[in-house]
Amino acid sequence: MPENSPRSDALSRRRFLALSGGVGSAMALAACGGTSTPPASAPAGGNGGANYNGPKVEIVFWNGFTGSDGQTAQKMVDQFNSATPNIQVKMNIYRWEDFFSKLPAAVQSGNGPDVAAMHLDDMPTQAAQNVIVPLDDVAKALDLKESDFSPAVWKGGLYKGKRYGIPIDVHDLGLFYNKTVMQQAGLDPNKPPQNKDDYMAALDILKGKGIQGSWVPPFQFTGGFMFESLLWQFGGDIFDSGVTKATWDSDAGVQALTWMVDLVKKGYSPANVGQDADYLALKNGKNVFNWQGIWQVNDVATLKTFEIGTAPLPKIGPNGGVWGNSHQFVLPRKTSNDANKANASRYFISWFTKNANIWAQSAKVPARKDLVDSQEFKSMTALQSFAADVQYVHYPPSIPGMGDVLTELYNSVNNAVLLKQDPAAALQSSAQRATKILQDNKKKYGI
Amino acid sequence: MAVTDARSAPARAAPGGREPSRGGVRRGGLLTPYLFLLPYLVLFVGFVLIPGVFGFWVSLHDYNYLLPGKPWVGFGNYVDLFTPGSRDSGDFWRAMAATGIFTVLSVPLLLVCPLAVALLLNRTFPGRSFFRAVFFAPYVLGVAVVGVLFRFILDPNIGLVNYYLGHPFPWTTAVPWAWVSLVGMTVWWTLGFNAIIYLAGLQDIPVELYEAARVDGASRWDEFWNVTLPGLRPVLMFVLTVTILASANMFGQSYLLTHGAPGTTTRTAIMLVAQTGFGSNRQGVAAAMSYILAVVLMAVSVLNIRLLQRREGS
Repeated sequence: MPENSPRSDALSRRRFLALSGGVGSAMALAACGGTSTPPASAPAGGNGGANYNGPKVEIVFWNGFTGSDGQTAQKMVDQFNSATPNIQVKMNIYRWEDFFSKLPAAVQSGNGPDVAAMHLDDMPTQAAQNVIVPLDDVAKALDLKESDFSPAVWKGGLYKGKRYGIPIDVHDLGLFYNKTVMQQAGLDPNKPPQNKDDYMAALDILKGKGIQGSWVPPFQFTGGFMFESLLWQFGGDIFDSGVTKATWDSDAGVQALTWMVDLVKKGYSPANVGQDADYLALKNGKNVFNWQGIWQVNDVATLKTFEIGTAPLPKIGPNGGVWGNSHQFVLPRKTSNDANKANASRYFISWFTKNANIWAQSAKVPARKDLVDSQEFKSMTALQSFAADVQYVHYPPSIPGMGDVLTELYNSVNNAVLLKQDPAAALQSSAQRATKILQDNKKKYGI
Repeated sequence: MAVTDARSAPARAAPGGREPSRGGVRRGGLLTPYLFLLPYLVLFVGFVLIPGVFGFWVSLHDYNYLLPGKPWVGFGNYVDLFTPGSRDSGDFWRAMAATGIFTVLSVPLLLVCPLAVALLLNRTFPGRSFFRAVFFAPYVLGVAVVGVLFRFILDPNIGLVNYYLGHPFPWTTAVPWAWVSLVGMTVWWTLGFNAIIYLAGLQDIPVELYEAARVDGASRWDEFWNVTLPGLRPVLMFVLTVTILASANMFGQSYLLTHGAPGTTTRTAIMLVAQTGFGSNRQGVAAAMSYILAVVLMAVSVLNIRLLQRREGS
């Protein structure tokens, strides 16, 4: 799309004025308009992307893969472009925060991309706001079934009975541990702790050697995810079954947060851990156990001084519970009805998800079960513990406005881990506020 | 005044003897000033006036630009913000308080430190241009660079500063330390800008005044109080107003260095407006918040211009 490419030709002053005047009035119009009813679904996509026989088209693909996964995505796009000369994909990467302010605005003004990827829990919000459209036809054409995926990932792509997301991957939390430091402290580096007793025993031994072995991060990445995992492990949940009420202040929640805060109070973690400091400390040998996302697997593999292992998340409570999320392909709403582009987009989605084994190299678990069982994925040993944990992963419920609600939770975890507020009090006040927001959202999005 | 000037200007400029027709001159002359103003007027109307009015209109609705329904709520958003216990009032006034704390702590330092630097840089010494560049250099950096830099320098457990101090001060995770970090970082970052403005002001003060003061037997200190400061008054007023506004609009520093922590203690008003408006797509409430902030800032600006003018009058 030439509108999106940076222009190298010199702008004349007249042209500049014409352009900026145009932008100004377009913005004013976009701001005043927007009440017209959008199409209820994507433009007809022919055969849903099973193959593509149309003329040469260029499609635009937006995502937030700012890490090493961006390079992997580009590699796949390049591969796709040379394999299918008639479809040329142009990829734009934004930071996720920017992505979610840019995408709706672009879609609204008719300049949205043809394909995008986003997280499972962001899809309901975007679907309710008419930023993305259903793609049941793609799932049908590709003959995708619930049994091909982990059920939660598959169901997470549904909103109000329609499919909005084609799952690409699962990325979950796991235990990263510093093998080198474990060995130096006299612990068996091949036996990372997998239950509460072993975990605390290992931490005591490390403490005896003057090492604070389990730094607790107070921020969403990854302290918030750690709390959610523990909440499920202790038998709690974020919401009640009808999603009318936040329930993270239950006994299970208090137990979970108290366990985290006690790690700090009893000196297994320093107080005031800064953003990412827990992970950086793992990499420089000051921290030993880090509840961290699968996306760091490639990063720790480059370390020379320390060897970092990965294992399933320790089971501190009686149940299995692991935080995770899933990237899914979505189709942004288009104002123009270009059947060729729509079909090409669907073909690209189909090709990408079938080749998600390449995508797994960027440290993700493929969403499709057959790919998880493939020899190619099995050979990526560092990812296996994460794949094994996928069965315990919980996902947020499929309702819009989830981000606003969970922010309250993460703020209270922050207050408690920084020892500013007692865990029970912090959780209680944030759950009350979150319940109010849930009710507001119900009204706002009409659910 | 402007009209007569403009009318006579082309007449004067006309080369010897050839008088252009009276009507032509008057017509061109009348329009000339407005034509010169037109480009700015277009930008002002397009990017300030229309968005300003439209923003107020938005603040009267439960507004999400993506949803078909944008119910009219009148002054409901404003009433909510002033009603204790409503969804946003607690967050909003905490954010306003955080903004106030930051402004009160940073503005005096951003007035005094750059002045001291400017006074030093105004003297003649070898390498003066180099030092002028050095003090201005941080201002060239984007807030993202400065924020990430300081996050690692000030990290409580693995940061450089605490490594040398040998004690884990919570520079980014607890108050009052977080305020010290945010203010210190901002002063380091933006000091150069104010210093350059002061420097320009200092160079405008006539040397004769200093000479006269010295003839009268004034000390260095007397010169500063009675020549430099009064000479800088217009510049000072500009710097004060601009610095207050910049501090009250603080966003990036908190966003990157503390993430608002602990809890939401260091979340500023602009940060909350951005989260509410762009993160949660609740543009109605976010616009109402911005308008309250804008009214407060206008009041503060008017107040400090009045105060400085009165002192000038006396």
